[in-house]
Amino acid sequence: MVWAKMKFPFEKRVKLAQGLWLLSWLAIVGGALNFCFGCFLKTEIRRRTEVMDNSNIHIVPNTLIVSGLAAIGINYFAGQICQDALDVGRFPRWKTFLKPYCCCAIIFTSLTLIGVILSFTMRSSLEGSLQVGLRNALRFYKDTDTPGRCFQKQTIDHLQMEFRCCGNNDYRDWFEVQWISNRYLDFSSKEVKDRIKSNVDGRYLLDGVPFSCCNPSSARPCIQYKLTNNSAHYNYEHQTEELNIFVRGCREALLSYYTALMNSIGAGVLLLFLVVLASLRYLQTSMEAVIGQENTEIETEGYLLEKNVSETIVEYLNPVMKLLLLNQVQDGLVKAEAGAQPE
Amino acid sequence: MAVLRVKFTKGQRDKLAQMLWLLNWVSVMTGIILFSLGLFVKVEFSKKEELMADRDFQPVLNLLIAVGLIACIINLLGGKICYDCVDTNKFLRWKLLILPYIICSFFFTGCMLVGALMCYSMQEELQESLAEGLRDVMRYYKDTDSPGRCFLKHTMDLLQIQFQCCGNRDHRDWFHIQWISNRYLDMSKREVVDRLHSNVEGKYLLDSVPFSCCNTNSPRPCIQYQITNNSAHFNYDYLTEDLNLWKRGCHQALVEYYTKLMHSTGSTGLLIWLFELSILTGVRYLQTAMENVLRQGDPESESDGWLLENSLVETARNNFNILKNLDSTA
Repeated sequence: MVWAKMKFPFEKRVKLAQGLWLLSWLAIVGGALNFCFGCFLKTEIRRRTEVMDNSNIHIVPNTLIVSGLAAIGINYFAGQICQDALDVGRFPRWKTFLKPYCCCAIIFTSLTLIGVILSFTMRSSLEGSLQVGLRNALRFYKDTDTPGRCFQKQTIDHLQMEFRCCGNNDYRDWFEVQWISNRYLDFSSKEVKDRIKSNVDGRYLLDGVPFSCCNPSSARPCIQYKLTNNSAHYNYEHQTEELNIFVRGCREALLSYYTALMNSIGAGVLLLFLVVLASLRYLQTSMEAVIGQENTEIETEGYLLEKNVSETIVEYLNPVMKLLLLNQVQDGLVKAEAGAQPE
Repeated sequence: MAVLRVKFTKGQRDKLAQMLWLLNWVSVMTGIILFSLGLFVKVEFSKKEELMADRDFQPVLNLLIAVGLIACIINLLGGKICYDCVDTNKFLRWKLLILPYIICSFFFTGCMLVGALMCYSMQEELQESLAEGLRDVMRYYKDTDSPGRCFLKHTMDLLQIQFQCCGNRDHRDWFHIQWISNRYLDMSKREVVDRLHSNVEGKYLLDSVPFSCCNTNSPRPCIQYQITNNSAHFNYDYLTEDLNLWKRGCHQALVEYYTKLMHSTGSTGLLIWLFELSILTGVRYLQTAMENVLRQGDPESESDGWLLENSLVETARNNFNILKNLDSTA
């Protein structure tokens, strides 16, 4: 009992082969895109290692790169098979190669599927990672004279300007860290001394943010110091002012950026691969009936699976089980029974 | 006395035709490259059109785009012709069309050369246009409530952030204009009133710059107000501080960027022009060789190919006479 049977007259076979050839080239482009996207994601994550906590996230771009390369190889062969498929003389060349090839293709498509699923599940890990990373980066913003941390200021400034965000959760995170280094504070001034005494850790905290939080779309020149003090600025109200600085937090901004990137390519490429695989299977099965026949223009049947799904799974697992010697005990029992019966 | 006569055997003719077919396809690719380059430059110019006063750069840009497109079409046709030239029967189909095709292509490559050269001549106009445009945008920086000018603040801020520049010539340009709108000035304060009275036109001038002039490479938080006043900030010396604000002026930054863009487009255009000219020469040789084969009658024989049948002077005289006869019969 075949699964997913379809009839294929000669013209339909020709169209299937031609369409599949075109699709396999499209899928090569898809694989190349997948590969490039994996490389791009890897470099993007590398660029932001200072704001990310651990490196487990690298598994996502690595999977994408491997599956992209595999896709290019697989679909190149698919294209070659299609070109030879319509010429009955050349098709038998591929006959013995096709079954293992289809298995390989299924494995790699599953790998791509796993890659896509991983990139979705990694989202929460990415979020946690960014949370810790950004918190640290904010703390080390002022340490431009400490080797190893001297680029944090530049990184955070560029990040905030590029992603139009401010602070970790929002701009108030800047009120809780000292982001102005002691080198630039006049300790003889009363105001500075008061501020430092006003909190337990002796930090210089103020209700101000760095200039990179300033929103260029604001109608008025940027107000970055004394943000919560309405009387310090003319015609200014802290609660209603929305365009002055960026209100979004950088964690949210980065997260939505990476999620959008991952979504945009994963689903499309996967769909393309599944279609190519199914069409290739149909072509193979319909061509097999033609081999050896004199009249190559007869109608044949194509199918996805020879038996139905459960039987096919059993059929494929049996050799694997035998290899693992899991059937040994059962064989022994069967032999004992056969030995007992003739008696 | 033919100009640059070359002998072609049948094999050489076939090879020439095949090579020209391939080169024509490569030329279609380069035509597409020129077209996309022209489109890219047009988009880049339109992105900054608020900063360019009044001058019209559209003719040059449109010429580049048109040239790229026409190059694709001409080379597609050329490819088809060369593909057919291998077979003398198929060549007969094209016989009457080839000479006009070659003449048109020759004039077209002339247009391509003009377009490429015009890219180099734009620099001075560009400089003047940008100087005027930037001056206006800075003057209207504060007018975020006037329709038609409300985006200029956003444009200027993004420009200074993206190109890492400050002001027109340098950051001191901001000291001479009022970039804070009166809406945000507390007229009841004595300091504000004093400043307004301190100059003839009643403008609120400061030794300060907008936040977009801040240099991200600075080790200290940005100092944008009271820049020239050393005592207003701890451990600060205006004359020796170089990393605080962007040093370059936006005029210089933009001129450099656009000049580089136009020069690279011009160079690409010139390279493509040389390539097209060489293909055209090949096609001319192929055409004359094929015609001579037909004249001799034996398709397998050797034939001559040349650029012009008679010398340059004689060809010019012949064409001139033809035109004169046409004129007199009319």
